[in-house]
Amino acid sequence: MSAITSEHDDHAHDHKPSGIKRWLFTTNHKDIGSMYLIFALLMFFIGGAMAMVIRLELFQPGMQFVEPQFFNQMTTVHGLIMVFGAVMPAFTGLANWMIPIMIGAPDMALPRMNNWSFWILPFAFLILILSLFMPGGGPDFGWTFYAPLSTTYSNDSTALFVFAVHIMGISSIMGAINVIVTIWNMRAPGMTWMKMPLFVWTWFITAFLLIMVMPVLATVVTMVLTDKYFGTSFFDAAGGGDPVLFQHIFWFFGHPEVYIMILPAFGIVSAIIPTFARKRLFGYASMVYATASIAILSFLVWAHHMFTTGMPVFATLFFMYATMLIAVPTGVKVFNWVATMWRGAMTFEVPMMFALAFIVLFTIGGFSGLMLAITPADFQYHDTYFVVAHFHYVLVTGAVFSIIAAAYYWLPKWTGYMYDERLGQLHFWCSLISVNLLFFPMHFVGLAGMPRRIPDYALQFADFNAFISVGGFLFGLSQLIFVWVVVKCARGGEKATAQVWEGAEGLEWEIPSPAPYHTFDTPPVIK
Amino acid sequence: MTNARCLVWSLPTLLFAASATASTSMPLNMTKGVTEISQQVYQLHMTIFWICCVIGAVVFGIMFWSIIRHRKARGVQPASFHESTKIEILWTAIPIVILIGMAIPATKTLIAMEDTTAADVTVLVTGSQWKWHYKYLEHDVEYFSLLATPREQIANKLAKGENYLLEVDRPLVIPTGKKVRFLMTSDDVIHSWWVPAFAIKKDANPGFINEAWTRVDHPGIYRGQCAELCGKDHGFMPIVVIAKDPADYQAWIVQEETRIAAAKAAERELLAMNMSMQELMSTGERVYQGWCVACHQATGGGLPGIFPAIKGSQLVLTDRAAHIDIIVNGKPGTAMQAFGRQLSLKELAAVITYTRNAFDNNTGDTVQAADVFAVQQGKGE
Amino acid sequence: MQAHRALVSKLLLVALLMFGFGYALVPLYEVFCEVTGLNGKTSNTPAAMLVDGVDTSREITIEFLARPNKDMPWIFKPEIRRMTVHPGEVHVMNYLAENPTSQFIVGQAVPSVSPGQAALYLHKIECFCFTQQQLAAGKNMLMPVQFYVDPALPAQFNTITLNYTLYDVTASWQPETQIEKIGE
Repeated sequence: MSAITSEHDDHAHDHKPSGIKRWLFTTNHKDIGSMYLIFALLMFFIGGAMAMVIRLELFQPGMQFVEPQFFNQMTTVHGLIMVFGAVMPAFTGLANWMIPIMIGAPDMALPRMNNWSFWILPFAFLILILSLFMPGGGPDFGWTFYAPLSTTYSNDSTALFVFAVHIMGISSIMGAINVIVTIWNMRAPGMTWMKMPLFVWTWFITAFLLIMVMPVLATVVTMVLTDKYFGTSFFDAAGGGDPVLFQHIFWFFGHPEVYIMILPAFGIVSAIIPTFARKRLFGYASMVYATASIAILSFLVWAHHMFTTGMPVFATLFFMYATMLIAVPTGVKVFNWVATMWRGAMTFEVPMMFALAFIVLFTIGGFSGLMLAITPADFQYHDTYFVVAHFHYVLVTGAVFSIIAAAYYWLPKWTGYMYDERLGQLHFWCSLISVNLLFFPMHFVGLAGMPRRIPDYALQFADFNAFISVGGFLFGLSQLIFVWVVVKCARGGEKATAQVWEGAEGLEWEIPSPAPYHTFDTPPVIK
Repeated sequence: MTNARCLVWSLPTLLFAASATASTSMPLNMTKGVTEISQQVYQLHMTIFWICCVIGAVVFGIMFWSIIRHRKARGVQPASFHESTKIEILWTAIPIVILIGMAIPATKTLIAMEDTTAADVTVLVTGSQWKWHYKYLEHDVEYFSLLATPREQIANKLAKGENYLLEVDRPLVIPTGKKVRFLMTSDDVIHSWWVPAFAIKKDANPGFINEAWTRVDHPGIYRGQCAELCGKDHGFMPIVVIAKDPADYQAWIVQEETRIAAAKAAERELLAMNMSMQELMSTGERVYQGWCVACHQATGGGLPGIFPAIKGSQLVLTDRAAHIDIIVNGKPGTAMQAFGRQLSLKELAAVITYTRNAFDNNTGDTVQAADVFAVQQGKGE
Repeated sequence: MQAHRALVSKLLLVALLMFGFGYALVPLYEVFCEVTGLNGKTSNTPAAMLVDGVDTSREITIEFLARPNKDMPWIFKPEIRRMTVHPGEVHVMNYLAENPTSQFIVGQAVPSVSPGQAALYLHKIECFCFTQQQLAAGKNMLMPVQFYVDPALPAQFNTITLNYTLYDVTASWQPETQIEKIGE
C-alpha cells in the first residue's frame, strides 16, 4: 500500500482553487473537515464566553452584572451552542477528515452534499446568536426548551430559535447520511467490517442515531412553533394537550443525542490508547458490540430525565432498570481500555494525557450518572448542580477532552508539523487542574441543595460558587493555549514523519504528513 | 491510588475550611432530612456512592499501577495479548450482579414514596410565575407564599439576611407526626416543588395534578426552592415549610380561618369607604414591591420587548377602566395574571392607584375598593 | 454512484419516517396513557352505563377539586368536597360555575386524576368536560358529572382525587360548530 501512496505523492498537483473560492465551493473532505473543526473551535469560544458570563454573575450572591432574563438566555444559548455548534460539528469535522482515509476511500461518498451540510451551519448559528439582540432578547427557556415555557410564555425570538434548530438538524442529517454511505460503499477492498478502526465503527453507529433522532427533534420544534404561532395545542392542557408529552418527545431525541456526543469519543480514545501503549486494543469485538448495545439502550431510557414529572411506579421502575443497565456496556469499554494499557509500553505525549484524563474523568461522570439512575435519590439530585456536574464531566472532560486529544493526535498528519510538546503539556495540565476546580465542587453544591439555572443563590453556597467561578475562568483561559499550539503547529515546526507516532497503526499513518490533498485515488490493499 | 482519590475529594473541603469566613457553612453531602423516607434516600445515596468509590478505586488503581509500571521509559516490552473471553464475561457479569443488588432497595423505597393513601392532611400546591399558592382541602384556608427577601438585598444595596432568598412572607404550615399529602399543579409553566429535608421533588404541571406525601416527626422550619426552570424569576420562588405539633397546628388553622373570614368581612365594609390618597399610595407601593416589581421593575419601566412599561403607559394615562380591568382580569396569553383573585379589594385599589400616580404618571385620581368591586362584578365603568 | 443513490434514498426515507414518527408519538402517547393511566387523564368519551354490579364491601373516597386557571375569571367549585362511594355505583356530582364578568365566556374543563393509574377505573357516563361550556355575562349554572368507579379498581387505591382545571377558550371558540350542536 505504501507503494501506491508514495506514487501519489509524486503527482504534487492538487487542483485546488485559491482564496475564498476554495473554501466556499470545496468538495474535498479534508477542506470540509478543517472548516468544521475551525467552526467548532470558534463556537467553543463563543459558547465559552457565555459560560464566563454565567460564572461571573454567580461569582457572588446578589445580582451584579446581568438581569435574570439575560442570565437565562446565556444558559440557554450556551447549551445550544456547545451541543450543536461545538461538540457535534467537531466530531463531524474529525469524521470528514479521518473516515475516508481510515477506510481507504478517495473522499466522502457525497462531496457536494458535504459542502452544503457545512455551509448551512454558520447561518443557523448566526440566526441563533443574533436573536439575542432582539428587543425581547433571545431564547431563555433552557436548551431543553420545555413547553409551555417555550410556547405560550416565550418571547418572539422563538421562531428564530426553531428555524436555527431546523437548519442544524438538516446539516446533521446530511452529514450522517454521508458518513453511512461512505462507510457502507467505499471501504477499500479487504477492509471488512470487523477490520474497521473503532473510530469508524463508533461514527457509523452514531450516524444511525443521528438519522433516527434528529428528525424527532425537528418534529418537536415544529410542534413548539405551531403551538406558539398557529393555534395547535400539542402541549397546552387547555386545548387537550399535555406539557409532559413535550418532555417525552424531546428526551426521545435527547437521550440518544447524549450518546451521539460520546460514542465518537470512545472511538478516538480506542485509537489513541493502543498507539501510546504500543499494544493492540483489548477486546476489539466487544468494543463494537458494547457501542451497539449502548446505542440501542439509548432509545429505552429517555424518561430517566423525567422521574419527577409524576410517572406511575411501573414506568419509573422500567426506566430506572434500563438506565442502570447502560452501566454494563460502558463499564466494558473502560475495562477494555485499562486492559489495553496493562503490560503495554506506554509513553505520555499530549494525546495520551488527554485520553487518560478522559478515562478517569468520564468514568467519574459515569458514576454520577449511575447515582442519578437510582430514582429515589434522583428526586434529590434532579435539577441541581449535581446534574450540572454530571453532564459537564461527561461532556467537557468526556467529549471535549476526546476532541482535544484527537486534535493533538492527528495535527501532525493534518499540518505536516509536530505541535509544540511543551506547550501541549502546559495546556493539558492547566486544563486538567482548572476543569476539576470548575466542575468537581459542583457535586457538593448540588448535594447541598442548589438548584441549577438560577442567577442568584442562598448565602451558604457563596464560597463554593466563588471557587467554581475561578476554576471556570482558569479553564477558559487555558484553552487559549490550545489556540496558540494549533496556530504555531499550522505555521511550521519539526517535520512530521508519515507514521508520526511510534506505535501508530492504520491507513492514516501510511500516507505522508501532511496528508496530500487527494488520497487513495487508487484503493490501497489491506493486508 | 486511594490516597490520590481521597485527596481529590478532600481538596475542596480543605480549601474551604481554610477560607470559611463569617458566612454560613455549606453541608458537603446530601441532607439526611427529617422523614423516614428522606433517610432511606440518604442511605441509598451513600450506598451507591461507596459502590462507585470502590469500583473507582479498583479500576483507577489498576490503571495507575499500569501507568507507573508499564511505561516505555522503564524499558518494558509490550505484551501482545488482546482478548480473553473469560475475563470479558467476568467483567460483564460482576457489574450486573452489583446493579441488581442496588436495584432492590431502590425499588422498595420508590414504592414507599409513591404510596399516597390514607393521608391525614391534604394541601393543594399551585405554582405560578413566581410564587406558590397553598390551599388546605379540609379547611377554608388558602394563601399565596411570596419571596420575602427585599429587592434591595438582591440588588446589593442592603446587607443580605441569614435566609437570603430562602424566606417567604407566609410559609406552609403542616402538623408533625401526620401523613401530609401534597397535590401539585400549576397555573402557567412547569414548576417543581422541592423540599430537600422531606426528599420531595415533584413537578407542578399546568392542567394536571401530581401527588407526594411526607410525615415529619420533629417541629421545625424547612426550606426549599423551585427546581424546574420557570422563567425569569425561577431563582426567586422559595418554599418554607413550618412543621408544628398537632395542637399548635390546629390552633394555627383556627387562627388562619378567622383571619381570612375577617378579611372577607372587612372587604364588604371597604366598599362604602373612601381611602385617602396617602393610604392608597403607601399600601400600593408595598403591594407593587411584592407582586409587580419582578416584571414591571422598580422603575415601572418594564423590560422592553417582554414586559411593558407602566411608566407613561397610554393604557394607564388615558383609560382608567381598562387599567382596572387588566389588573383585575389579567391579559390572557401573556404573563399578566388576573390579580382579582389573588389580592384583596384594598390591595387592588391601592396598587392601581399607586401605578396611576407613581413613575411620573401623576394622573392625580384614586381608585377605591368599590371601583374594583364593580369591575369584578362585571359592572365596570 | 448507483449504489450511493439507493442507499441515500433509503436513509432519507428513514429520516422522513422518524419525522413522522415524532408526530405519531402524540396519538401513541394518548393511547399509552389511556391504557396505563400514565398522565392521569380520564377518557374524554362517555363510558358505557353497563356495570356488572355494585361492590358494597369496599368504600372509595372521591375528592373533588376545581380550579379556574389564572386567566379564567369564572367562579368554579364543586358542590361538595368529597364523597364516599361503592365501586359500581353510579353517582352524579355537580360543579357550580358562575361568570361574574360583563363578557360572554367559553370555558373548557380539563380533568386530571391522581393517582394517575386510578384514572383508568373512574368512568364518566356524562361530563361537562366532554364539551366546551358557555356562560353569558353574570350567569351561572350547574355542571354535572355522572360517574362510577370500576369494581376492578386495584386494592391499593382507596382515595381518588378528581381535579378539573377550567380554561378560558373564548379566543379559539368557533360559534358555527356550536350552532350546529344546538341544532342537533
